Amino acid sequence: MRSFLINRLSQSLVLLVIVSIIGFGVLNLIPGGPLAQYGLDPGMTQDDMARLTEQLGLNRPIWVQYFEWAGGLLQGDWGHSFRDGAPVLNVIGRHIVATLLLMGSSTAVAIAIGTWIGIRGATHRYSVFDYTATIGAMVALSIPTFWFGLIGIYVFSLRLSWFPAGNMYTIGDGSVLDVLHHLVMPSIVLALVHIAIWSRYMRSATLEAINQDFVKTARAKGLSERRVLIKHVVGNALLPMITLAGMQLPSVLTGALVTETVFTWPGMGRLFLDSLGYSDYPVVMGLLMFSAILVILGNLIADFIIAIVDPRIRLA
Amino acid sequence: MDDATMFPSPALGMSRRRAGPQFDPSTRRENSTMTVTTETASPQDLALSVHDLTISLPPGMERPYAVEGVSFQLERGKILCIIGESGSGKSVTANALMGFLPNPIKITSGTIHLEGMGIVGMPAEQLRSVRGRVVSMIFQDPLSALNPLMTVGEQITEVLLAHGVGTKQSRRARAVELLTEVGLPDPQLMYHQYPFRLSGGQRQRVMIAMALALEPAILIADEPTTALDVTTQAQILKLIRDIQRRKGMSVMFITHDFGVVAEIADDVVVMEKGKIVEQGDADQVLKSPSHPYTRRLLAAVPHLTGEDRSRTEKATAPVLKVENLVKTYRSGGVLFGKKRVVPAVNDISFEVAPGRTLGVVGESGSGKTSLGRLLIKLLDSDSGKILFEGRDIAGLREPEFRALRPSIQMIFQDPFASLNPRSTIGHILTVGPVAHGTPYSRARDEAKALLAHVGLDAGAFDRYPHEFSGGQRQRIGIARALMFKPKLLIADEAVSALDVSIQAQILQLLDQIQRETGVSMLFITHDLRVASQICDEIVVMQKGRIVEYGPPSQIFLSPQSAYTRELVAAIPGERPDLAVPDVLDSSAVAGTPKGRKS
Repeated sequence: MRSFLINRLSQSLVLLVIVSIIGFGVLNLIPGGPLAQYGLDPGMTQDDMARLTEQLGLNRPIWVQYFEWAGGLLQGDWGHSFRDGAPVLNVIGRHIVATLLLMGSSTAVAIAIGTWIGIRGATHRYSVFDYTATIGAMVALSIPTFWFGLIGIYVFSLRLSWFPAGNMYTIGDGSVLDVLHHLVMPSIVLALVHIAIWSRYMRSATLEAINQDFVKTARAKGLSERRVLIKHVVGNALLPMITLAGMQLPSVLTGALVTETVFTWPGMGRLFLDSLGYSDYPVVMGLLMFSAILVILGNLIADFIIAIVDPRIRLA
Repeated sequence: MDDATMFPSPALGMSRRRAGPQFDPSTRRENSTMTVTTETASPQDLALSVHDLTISLPPGMERPYAVEGVSFQLERGKILCIIGESGSGKSVTANALMGFLPNPIKITSGTIHLEGMGIVGMPAEQLRSVRGRVVSMIFQDPLSALNPLMTVGEQITEVLLAHGVGTKQSRRARAVELLTEVGLPDPQLMYHQYPFRLSGGQRQRVMIAMALALEPAILIADEPTTALDVTTQAQILKLIRDIQRRKGMSVMFITHDFGVVAEIADDVVVMEKGKIVEQGDADQVLKSPSHPYTRRLLAAVPHLTGEDRSRTEKATAPVLKVENLVKTYRSGGVLFGKKRVVPAVNDISFEVAPGRTLGVVGESGSGKTSLGRLLIKLLDSDSGKILFEGRDIAGLREPEFRALRPSIQMIFQDPFASLNPRSTIGHILTVGPVAHGTPYSRARDEAKALLAHVGLDAGAFDRYPHEFSGGQRQRIGIARALMFKPKLLIADEAVSALDVSIQAQILQLLDQIQRETGVSMLFITHDLRVASQICDEIVVMQKGRIVEYGPPSQIFLSPQSAYTRELVAAIPGERPDLAVPDVLDSSAVAGTPKGRKS
């Protein structure tokens, strides 16, 4: 158990270093740089530019910049935004609640609905329900998230006026109900793709579990079909799904990026796009590291849950 | 007390058992003596009766019925064996008794009565209350028959819970009592154990405990010992027989093994292609079978022979000589964590002469398969020598060994998994030799000749593996190995997955090939009877070590080590009075390779 933790943490550290190097390198390959936006400003002189470059430390070699940035990170200093000089952690902190809310609610929706569709599809194989679910999943997987977002806005906001078209709350309101009202559409749109993926995996995992001998044993004991399904089939079918949930985390994150943009949701996704537009390196790098840590943590937690649920697996 | 009085009528039994949490068999017996007069079930002495049962298969299968017009009866307190080869319909029959037929397979006519209750067309809820209480079932593979996520105790108490019996405490106590009854060590601890911690034999004991929880009148056992080692099989058979006698239970035992039938059966039903071809008293069916199919089956059963194979060649330099071979598996963390060290092959030495067969026998975990893989260098050995025609191949690296690969070929156990389903037989046979430089046209001609040689027609060349039966596929596997004109064949459980009649044919084919080509063979098997049929010398392995090495006459007639004696004693059906049925002495024996004696 302890050796597992040490092992995994050291692996994660190596991974984080690699991610940071690649991220830092690629960012510096982008032509223009943080000062490009001032290039067309007639009020900026060559001297001003040089002073700014000096001030931000952009005139030094990349590897010096990297080590300075990484050294700061190790001491808990994630740097300051080029745009407004605010500490990066504060900038991320302002947006993280919105993103976690969106990701959490849409993941919960996806898992609940996807699991139900998957189990029902497996127990009623080749039924109308099963075929409908299969076709629905194909459609949800084939059409990009932003399209669903736009259609959702058109139908439910512009035509029916059921839900707001964007943002997280009405200015001047901000009550829990108001936020929930704003949350419905983006979280469902973000969940669609994951419902599709989750239900397909759940269906095949359930089918595999149903054909196991121990399910026959359970029936031979005289258990009711309901108990056979819940206690013996679903429990075993959910095991591989825990790993899947861990692995799906990055795609939820990237999905959130698109969804937040479509619904002008004030989360990390939008912050990322905006910061990239301004070449705000410290914020972009901060977000990159933050997502990497989130993904690593998610997988670690998935492994722990499996070890708790499955007696055969010992963390070692 | 008469057998029948041991059992209350199911309905009364249920109400009594629902009433209270006690399980004491003595009170139960008292109770049943009182209720026996009111029992209204049909013929009193029948636990199970199947009449004219026909079960249809969905269209497009190889035959319209899984079983057709099947009638048999299981008397109270008896063990009825249903024996047949794969596809005989024996498992379908067993599943039908539990109401377990998968969707497209249906009972089209006939009746099934369990303890007087007709279960064909019985409503699902009523059928559910019969399962586990009146009839219960144990399965072939104890590894997959237990839910890996529930403790042993939970799975046993679940039976009681499902039928609303007892309180939480009494169910628990009953489970521990059952675990004790089936001979599991430390039942209190076992109660909290997860199945993966148990050995195959222990898991099968748990299955039996579970099946006995409500003391059902009938136990259906579907090949319960097939997946077990021979010594474990002997223990489980004994356990089933003991419990059956003690409880006066009626057992229906599905098997493909006449040895098991001889051990355990009172009555026998022989099935072939969905029909019953013969049924009757076990002694009578085994000793004087009337139907030709039964005779054929019996003749094909490999019997233990203590005779050595006649030597045709003079002893020359060995093809293969293994000296002090060692392979140890290590697992666990490189940097952190505890290392697990398993000596798979531990200081093993033997030799194989040209044209001879060395048998390697042992139970699972004995290291016999690792040994085979070491010899063909699919695994690297830790130390020791493998002298192939005098040259040590143990230390060779792959590029150096590649030229020798054609000389050592392997025949695999599973004829279904070992042939690529997307390749034609022709491709499967020729791809190896072509890779080693044989022109395709020559490889093709040789392949066609070999197919004919192993008993397939030349048309097989362009067909795909799924078009062949298991026995035919194993012939293809043999042909593939022979394409290289090898000096040494390693057959790893090459006949274990086959029905007995096919098994006999394949053994005969291997024997014939050895005589024609002079190839040496290393025959790895868990089945001592098979080994006794084909081997010149036998190595008995246990936990990675050789415990005995000698000719069959020594191994089987006067084993030197205690372990070999135990193995030989555990072989089912080798009681002297049943060893060779009279009818087999005449023509039938031709099926076994030992016929080459003359």
